[in-house]
Amino acid sequence: MATNIKNISLSGRKKDVSNKDMTFMERIYLPAIAKGMGITLRHFFKPKVTIHYPEQKREFSPVFRGRHILMRDENGAERCTACGLCALSCPAEAITMTSAERKKGEENLYREEKYASVYEINMLRCIFCGLCEEACPKEAIFLTEDLVAPDYQREGFIYGKDKLVMPLEDKPVNIK
Amino acid sequence: MPKVTIDGVTIEVAQGTTILNAARQIGGDLVPPAMCYYSKLQGSGGKCRVCLVEISKGSDANPNPMPKLQASCCTPVMDGMEVKNLTSQKVQDMRKGVVEFLLINHPLDCPICDQAGECDLQNLGYNYGVSGTRYQEERRTFDKIDIGDKIQLHMTRCILCYRCTYVADQLTPGRCHGVINRGDAAEISTYIQNAVDNEMSGNMIDVCPVGALTDKTFRFKSRVWFLKPYDAHRECTKCCGKTTVWMFGNEIYRVTARKDVYHEVENDESGKPAFICNECRFEKKQKSDWVIEGVRKMEGWSVINQGKYMKATEQVIIDADPRLMTGRKEDRKVISMKSVDK
Repeated sequence: MATNIKNISLSGRKKDVSNKDMTFMERIYLPAIAKGMGITLRHFFKPKVTIHYPEQKREFSPVFRGRHILMRDENGAERCTACGLCALSCPAEAITMTSAERKKGEENLYREEKYASVYEINMLRCIFCGLCEEACPKEAIFLTEDLVAPDYQREGFIYGKDKLVMPLEDKPVNIK
Repeated sequence: MPKVTIDGVTIEVAQGTTILNAARQIGGDLVPPAMCYYSKLQGSGGKCRVCLVEISKGSDANPNPMPKLQASCCTPVMDGMEVKNLTSQKVQDMRKGVVEFLLINHPLDCPICDQAGECDLQNLGYNYGVSGTRYQEERRTFDKIDIGDKIQLHMTRCILCYRCTYVADQLTPGRCHGVINRGDAAEISTYIQNAVDNEMSGNMIDVCPVGALTDKTFRFKSRVWFLKPYDAHRECTKCCGKTTVWMFGNEIYRVTARKDVYHEVENDESGKPAFICNECRFEKKQKSDWVIEGVRKMEGWSVINQGKYMKATEQVIIDADPRLMTGRKEDRKVISMKSVDK
């Protein structure tokens, strides 16, 4: 047979469609319906592959990197000193900050004499590479296992200190 | 004219030139680092011991090597002298030790310090230092004091290089600060707070190799590597008016003198060091005060170059609906870019 675009199969799965008449068993359809129902019924007794998110959560890989957290120390003071190394290392330029000087009496709020008065991460720019975590000399920023919550507005993805700083009740306890 | 060989490179220099200056005339990596020596200030040098070099041949007349390492900033060259800096293991080991000595009382607060990113001691520590410390005793600490209206002294960071006292001696008519006490109790201080108020006193900040003297108008405002340096000048009756302005966008964060590769103030056209006055440094923070000449190039390895496009760019005019570039107003509601809406 001469090579023709009509009779070659590049994928190897070409099937010719024929218009042959169906047999009686095929014409009544009932066996095919029963077969399909059988497949459906079999799946009722198989283990489920879906989970009830958000009540149930899948286990993440131990190296998973999710949204950031700004840590507090054992006294509840913010560790971040606004050195700017996270912003410097950030390949996506997602981090901005403004620093301020700690006043007298704020020693329990801020660990160092300088602190970040504004600290923003644009979660839409962030690529969750973890370089900020690696650059941080004060062990202040970490990437958690939480996901960034969805939002309808772009500005909802610019996380300020209100969303980033660790809640006071979660402060680490000094384990000796 | 004496000929000196430094790390195998021979150069002929004027009589009385120090080894450090001869090395600087050659340039490149073989220049010994210097923390206290400042070529623009007479009498500086000989204190930090960072610039020590090995002299393997004293001179043609007396070819014996010098028994101990010599401070290159205050040893004049002799004809036929052979100096080893990078090629001498002894010098490298010594420098590591000196860095450790300098860092004994120096706090490791680079994340807080405004000098970080342009600090001589940070560079030195990075190049020669060890990451650990063997010092167990308590480090000396001091309270921060304002030694001038706009100058803050953080004595804890001071390495006692004496550069600021030379500035006060040589640029201002009467010095009112200095080093008091002796030995490990030595500290920079004024007798009365806020005593330094001379018009050229701000140059102390520029000559300070560490972050001991800092500009109060720039304190904690930004980090040096987020700012872009531009050469700028203005008409000034008190100084040459030629400065480097450090900008973020259109905002001037700080003004410094123009510094060369050794972080010393450059000479102006008349050959005098271009120290700047306090008015230029502290008070002229508007872009309209200055005539911007162009981007200032930093050394290739400097962190200040990070994330900056230094080549001149042609302005591209896009012939399109302006709304295309700014987007819809309701989409522009972002906290970090409030200025776009103005």
